[in-house]
This record gives sequence, structure tokens and C-alpha cells, in this order.
Amino acid sequence: MENASTGAEGGAVQARSTMRVTLEVNGREHALDVQARTTLLDALRDRLHLNGTKKGCALGQCGACTVLMDGERVNACLVLAVMAQGRHITTIEGLRGGDGLLHPLQRAFLDHDGFQCGYCTPGQIMSGVGCIEEGHAGSRAEIRQYMSGNICRCGAYVNIVEAIFETAVGTRP
Amino acid sequence: MSGLAYARAASLESATEVIGSHRAAEVIAGGTDLLQRLEEHVLPPPLVVDINGVEGLRAIEVDDHEIRLGALVRLNQVIESAPVRDAFPAIVEALIVTASPQVRNLATVGGNPLQKTRCLYFRDQSTPCNKREPGSGCGALEGRNRINAILGGSEHCIATHPSDFAVAMAALDATVLVVGARGERRLPFTELHRLPGDTPHLEHNLAPDEVIEGYRLTRTPLARHSHYLKVRDRGEFEWAICSAAVALELDHGGRIADARVAVGGVATKPWRLGQVETALQGRQATAEAFAEAAALSVQNAVAHGDNAYKLALLPRTIARALTELRERL
Ligand SMILES: Cc1cc2nc3c(=O)[nH]c(=O)nc-3n(C[C@H](O)[C@H](O)[C@H](O)COP(=O)(O)OP(=O)(O)OC[C@H]3O[C@@H](n4cnc5c(N)ncnc54)[C@H](O)[C@@H]3O)c2cc1C
Ligand code: SF4
Ligand code: FES
Ligand code: FES
Repeated sequence: MENASTGAEGGAVQARSTMRVTLEVNGREHALDVQARTTLLDALRDRLHLNGTKKGCALGQCGACTVLMDGERVNACLVLAVMAQGRHITTIEGLRGGDGLLHPLQRAFLDHDGFQCGYCTPGQIMSGVGCIEEGHAGSRAEIRQYMSGNICRCGAYVNIVEAIFETAVGTRP
Repeated sequence: MSGLAYARAASLESATEVIGSHRAAEVIAGGTDLLQRLEEHVLPPPLVVDINGVEGLRAIEVDDHEIRLGALVRLNQVIESAPVRDAFPAIVEALIVTASPQVRNLATVGGNPLQKTRCLYFRDQSTPCNKREPGSGCGALEGRNRINAILGGSEHCIATHPSDFAVAMAALDATVLVVGARGERRLPFTELHRLPGDTPHLEHNLAPDEVIEGYRLTRTPLARHSHYLKVRDRGEFEWAICSAAVALELDHGGRIADARVAVGGVATKPWRLGQVETALQGRQATAEAFAEAAALSVQNAVAHGDNAYKLALLPRTIARALTELRERL
């Protein structure tokens, strides 16, 4: 481990290029050694073998890597793994309920054919969960606006919007 | 691969100490621009200092006189703030059309104005770029410069400042709260950024040890009557090719008592248009007055080929923003 103590006295600031981090993913804690450079996306896929979260652009531009962090949707490619410590991470693998049943939005994607190749789908579903949770799924137009961070190269948008809309209506109090 | 080192600061004081003493060290807030740079090897910093553990920078504080935004406030947090929406609509409107919901959950108001340009050559390390590598030349001047600036450029750089939020902040006379090794100071938002001149790699007026602690915005009738209009290549999730933040205060006779106009997507920094504001003053708020004043926006503009369309687009964008605002006053 390459460590260099720097700056403020009393060790307030420690610079490291590799480090041990503890990530809480889908309710389970994992300790792993990562580089400072490692993104949450790479840690999930390459280290924890949670391959449901996809890598499209690695630049925040496609949404394929969308996960929930403390319940909010974020691009896992724009988060350093070390900065995800202490946060609750939910990936597509963790969406299924304790009863083993699919999440209502997963069901709706099946019912509405909300995918073709499926590559963008985990990101679409995680983003859709966030979108509904935020209260931004009130109409098809609002869903289109608030799902704009998720690109689908197959163009399954119409069915994706239907799946989210139906789920939002179904889960409205 | 890149030898990035990471450190976590418990206070802004320790953060300023580290970035002040380590050349090229940068603070990391939301990380949304820094991680793109790391991925594409565009000026990757050797050391990032994480300020997310610093207390007291996540609040939006509201009183009768002003609103204070902490540097670590997330963009979506501002959008959901009813007091900001009410007192500074242009800011919320600028943020709603910024990036994507996922990015806005990460990105901070402190980092947003300090994001790097989208100039194609800056983001491609195989090409010359004076901003990325001083003295290497400017790929955009004679190259693909459709997205580049017509205002504030130099023979060394014509990169636009890409932020939407910063344009609204410039229009609404925001103040930047800065902390450095020698203590605190305040800076008008319009003085945060520098013109490229012959040093395009120097983008802002913060000293190496200084960080943004937050912003102050004074509540005024003018700021309440503000609006942001963004023109882009697709309807959502795209940077501006042209944008305008405008504010109007009308007197009882419907005459313009005061006006603010700042533009984005066309200039090398968030760009206030004093001459347009002055031309609006005293006029009736009509489409004709808007068009005449907006025409002055391109008085000193210089086009470079692909971006010549902005000479027509900019005045129209300003006039349309003013018209839309007038309709809801
Ligand atoms: C896909 C995508 C689309 C986007 N679209 C838009 C758009 O349409 N409009 C728009 O305006 N923006 C857009 N952005 C840019 C985004 O808004 C910025 O990347 C973000 O606001 C930067 O904030 P951050 O906290 O993530 O900064 P970071 O990436 O953490 O930091 C950026 C820079 O700011 C410095 N910094 C951060 N905080 C401070 C501080 N408190 N004091 C001093 N320095 C600091 C860092 O050292 C670094 O140099 C987009 C980004 C992505 C990924
Ligand atoms: S316009 Fe500026 S950022 Fe773009 S290539 Fe030229 S010097 Fe680089
Ligand atoms: S892989 Fe993260 S947004 Fe494309
Ligand atoms: S289903 Fe193929 S990219 Fe969306």
C-alpha cells in the first residue's frame, strides 16, 4: 500500500492510492482492496461480480450503470468506490423482494416488452425506480423528461415509458 | 494506469492546506466532471481531496433578505427547493435542463461552475489544445468549432464555458464565498471566471489554496422575475449551444425599470451583456424593444466558421427569453 501522510497536522488528511474499503451493496457488506481510481461501477462488476449493472460509456452519458445510492439514482461510473463507503447501494440484483418475487417495475418491463437487446435495461429499471420514488412519473411526458439520462440504442422508449407509467399509477397511494 | 491518490478532508481548512501545498491537487465534490477527466486522461489530477466529509456545506439557508447555498448542495436539491424556485426561478430553470437526474443527484453547486469546457479538442488528448497543454496550439480555431464561442475568445482559445447554472448566477448578481489559507473572502460571481487571453489554461480567479464554500443570493423583485432559456441539439440531456438568463422589473406604466441579461453556450465565460441591459432600460416591454436590444449582443462577436450560426441564434434566443418572461409577469 502506497501511503503518504500530507498536509494538516494530527493526520487529518491521509493520501492513499490503494485502500481497503467496505461497500454495503444490496444489504450485504463487502470489504475489498481497491485503487483510489476504481469506480463504484468497476468495483461492482469486476470485484463483486454483480454484472447486472452495465458499462456503456463510463462518462455519465448513457445511464446503463444507474444504481441507487441511499435510495437516489446515480451513475455508478461517476462515483469513486472509496466515496461510496457508508452509503447503501442497491443494484438490479437487489431489487427483487425478500419473497423472491420480481419488483413491480421488473414485471412491468416484461409485460410491456420494455427492452429488445436488454443492455440498457438494468439501468432503465433502476432509474425508473428512482424516477417513481422522486414523484416524477406523473405523466408520460414527465417520464420522458426525467428518464432522459438513460439511452436505449434499440429504441424501446415507448414501451419503457408505458412500463414506468403503469407502475407509477399502480403504486400511487 | 493513472497513479491517482485520494485523501479525505474533515474541514475546509485542511482541504485548502493540502491543495495549496500539492501542485495540481484538486478537491473532489460530486466527482461528475473529475471522473470524466480521469476516464479520458484529460488533465488527470495526481491527488484528489474529498470534501464530502466537511460539515455544514450541504444546506440551503433562507431568510427574508437572502439565500445561501453551501458548496456541497446537490443540483437536484436546489431544483426541489421551493424558496429558491420562488425567489430565483432562473436558477431552478437552468438546473432542470442541466445534465440528467442521475448526474444531478451527484453534482454539486460548488463544482458546477468549475467544470471544464466541452470543446472537442480539449477532451481529446491526441489533439493540440492550449487550454490542456499550453503552447500546443488551438485545434478548434481552424477546426470543428460548431460548439465554440463567438464572445470573449482570443487567438489562443475559443472554448465556451459549458455551465447553465453559472449563467443564471451571473445574471442574478450572486456572490461567491471563498475560503483559503489566509481566511475568507467574497467575490462577485461575474469575477469568478477569467477570459482566456494568452493563458487559457488559467480559468478562474481562485488561488491554488482556495475553495468555494458557497454562494449568497440577495432576494430582489428583479430576481423573482427571472427566466432561463436553453437551446440545444436535442430536447433533453445536452449541453447548451446557446442560452439566456434574463430578469425584468417593470414600472407601473409597463416600462422596463431594470433588466439583467447573461448568456451561455456562446462565450468563454458566463457572459453578462451590459449593453443589452442598458438598451432595455426605459423602453416599453415590447417584442420590438427586445429584438432591438438583443441585436446588440453580437456587436463584438467573432465567428470562426462552423459557429457562425450563433451570430443569428444568440439575439433570437435573448429576445425569445425576454418574450417568454414578459408573458408571465
Ligand atoms: C453526462 C453529463 C451531462 C452534463 N450536462 C450538463 C449540462 O447540460 N449543463 C451543465 O451545466 N452541466 C452539465 N454537466 C456537468 C455537471 O453539471 C458538472 O460536472 C457538475 O456540476 C460538476 O460538479 P461536481 O460536484 O460533480 O464537480 P467535481 O467533478 O467534483 O469537480 C469539478 C471541478 O470543480 C472543482 N471543485 C469542486 N467543488 C469545489 C469547491 N467547493 N471549491 C473549489 N473547487 C471545487 C474540482 O476540483 C474540479 O476541478 C454534465 C455532466 C455530465 C456527466
Ligand atoms: S478552443 Fe480552447 S479548449 Fe478548444 S482546442 Fe482551442 S485552446 Fe483548446
Ligand atoms: S456507463 Fe455510466 S452512464 Fe454510461
Ligand atoms: S434494449 Fe437494447 S439498448 Fe435498450
